Amino acid sequence: MSDHKDLLRAPFELGYTYKRSNGPVMSKFFDGLGEHKILATKSSAGKVFAPAAEFDPDTHEALNDLVEVGPGGAIESFSWIEKPQHHHLVKNPFAFALIKLDGADTSMLHMVANCNESDLSIGTRVTASWSSTQDKRITDIQFFTLET
Amino acid sequence: MKKVAIIGYAQHPILSNAGALNEVELIMPVVHHLFDELGIDQKNIDFTCSGSCDYLQGAAFAFVEGLSAIQTNPPIKESHVEMDAAWAMYESMLKIQMGDADTALIYGFGKSSPGNLDSIMSLQMDPYYISPLWPDRVSLAALQARVLLDKKIVTKEQMLSAVIEARVNSKNNKNALINDLIDESTYLEEEIISSPLNAFDCPPISDGSSAMIIASEEKAYEYTDKPILIEGIDHRIESSNLGSRDLSSSKSLQASMDHLQLNNFEFDVAELHTQFSFELPFLRSLLGLVDVPTNLSGGPLVGNVMMCAGLDAIGKTYESLKQNDLHRGLAHASSGPCLQHNMLVHLEKEQ
Amino acid sequence: MSTEEKPKDYSESPINLEYFYTAGSATTRFLNQVKEGKLVGQACPKCKAVYVPPRGSCPRCGVATNIEVPLTDKGCIESFTVVHIPIPGNPIVPPYVCAMIRLDGSNISFLHLIQGVDIQEIRIGMRIQAVWKPKEEWTHSLENIKWFAPIDEPDIDVATLRFKES
Repeated sequence: MSDHKDLLRAPFELGYTYKRSNGPVMSKFFDGLGEHKILATKSSAGKVFAPAAEFDPDTHEALNDLVEVGPGGAIESFSWIEKPQHHHLVKNPFAFALIKLDGADTSMLHMVANCNESDLSIGTRVTASWSSTQDKRITDIQFFTLET
Repeated sequence: MKKVAIIGYAQHPILSNAGALNEVELIMPVVHHLFDELGIDQKNIDFTCSGSCDYLQGAAFAFVEGLSAIQTNPPIKESHVEMDAAWAMYESMLKIQMGDADTALIYGFGKSSPGNLDSIMSLQMDPYYISPLWPDRVSLAALQARVLLDKKIVTKEQMLSAVIEARVNSKNNKNALINDLIDESTYLEEEIISSPLNAFDCPPISDGSSAMIIASEEKAYEYTDKPILIEGIDHRIESSNLGSRDLSSSKSLQASMDHLQLNNFEFDVAELHTQFSFELPFLRSLLGLVDVPTNLSGGPLVGNVMMCAGLDAIGKTYESLKQNDLHRGLAHASSGPCLQHNMLVHLEKEQ
Repeated sequence: MSTEEKPKDYSESPINLEYFYTAGSATTRFLNQVKEGKLVGQACPKCKAVYVPPRGSCPRCGVATNIEVPLTDKGCIESFTVVHIPIPGNPIVPPYVCAMIRLDGSNISFLHLIQGVDIQEIRIGMRIQAVWKPKEEWTHSLENIKWFAPIDEPDIDVATLRFKES
């Protein structure tokens, strides 16, 4: 039988380029980021979903009433990463966090950076820090930082 | 409604890096083992369903290659789920209940070693609001862990116990990847990956495959005097809007418990697809399993083949009932971040 | 709700994932031979069907193909198509021919290129042989074969290539 002890291995990179249609609600959200605004949607019951959600997950109501929230809010949970992996967008120690923005009833996942682990706990207030480039993506908010 | 029985289950030794073996070479031994054990071949199987994730292999339709492992001539009735093979079992069970099949072969397979599991799994989330931030599966689990610790639903001592017990129990499973024991100081000294989780709180990167054969109750009696029947099965998924979910409870599991009438039900044994240490005490409390021997196989903390571990929980529960004088078992399978999607399987062995 | 979409109303979502592909043992054995300029198929111990390139399992029987069968680099065309669009990164000039090559002694065919013949002449059953790159350039890849070219041997009746259960 031929030799198969030396494994054949080869690195490869899988790349996809997608252009996703935003739809009427999210396109307004991403336009809002361009104006340094964080937009949410409000249900007929008055519940505010941030970032702007297209449907209420509990009642299935279609949402298109947009309201501004934040840019500050309180941390609902966080996970501190001392050693970011190479695919992480922040290269220094940072946290992923669920942030309940002022005026919202749901929390938003994003990153918290430019601080120390000891600065963060549930309830810590943070505020959006904007990227210098505006690409109509969630990363137009570069991360959140401690509210001073 | 026709009852369905599990009549066979096999698991490949879990490897940290299957390297020399490709997916086809991982699947073949477990399927052959089951066929040999039951004295059958593909011609006795009415329906085949597999569970796998193309993104683990990095190729579209990669799962189709898996079919090279089984006999497809004459052509077979086959399906696939881009999910844990527990859901392939669910689809197969439905086929039998509808009368389209009497027997079904289920297999799951996955090699996590070739790619970066953290970046792959972050792609299963909302592509507009979440995936572009590349949140890894450990950080997401850590978000839920912190909520549970803060509300004292889970304690750090319970997380440590889950890790220690998993390694003690792994001796019960010859296929487990990890079997070295650790003590409290080793656990406490371990570097945190994503607070509050360290490497021991997380499942090991695993390669492997698993297979199961199910049959209608009537057919099952051709293979065993005491079939192990699926008395109840239910799965529910919560919103993909992570920020709208209450991570301190599980609406999906409670809905399944209510539907299957399992509140205050007494099980003899359970296997839960709890990939992170804190999930074990969390779910044991939710499911009323605090006094029930749980994860005697060691569970995902000692071996967690993506796309198989849920099927493994069902298979290990089946094995526990089959090999011991036990009557009722509960298996749990999960998918998605922070226990978003959950399945419960209530198994009973005929007395 | 308006059905008009604003221009550029989409989000770019590029995804890049890095992998380290590992060939299984069947593929490794095959490619180790290809590196030496040899085409070695693998046969099923039950039905004796010979597969090249081998996947390690026989789809007829569902068992491992653990018998190695050295093959020549001669065969015939089982099917072909004339392609008029270039291959990105490949200097080949359209129109060119892709064909399913059935090596002598194999029970399945594989895709490769045909060159060195007038496109009008190409036909099913045509005898062809591999044209290899210089030995110094050989790697673990079927790209060691630049293409297949016709040889002066009578055509094969492809009906005779149908698998016969033994």
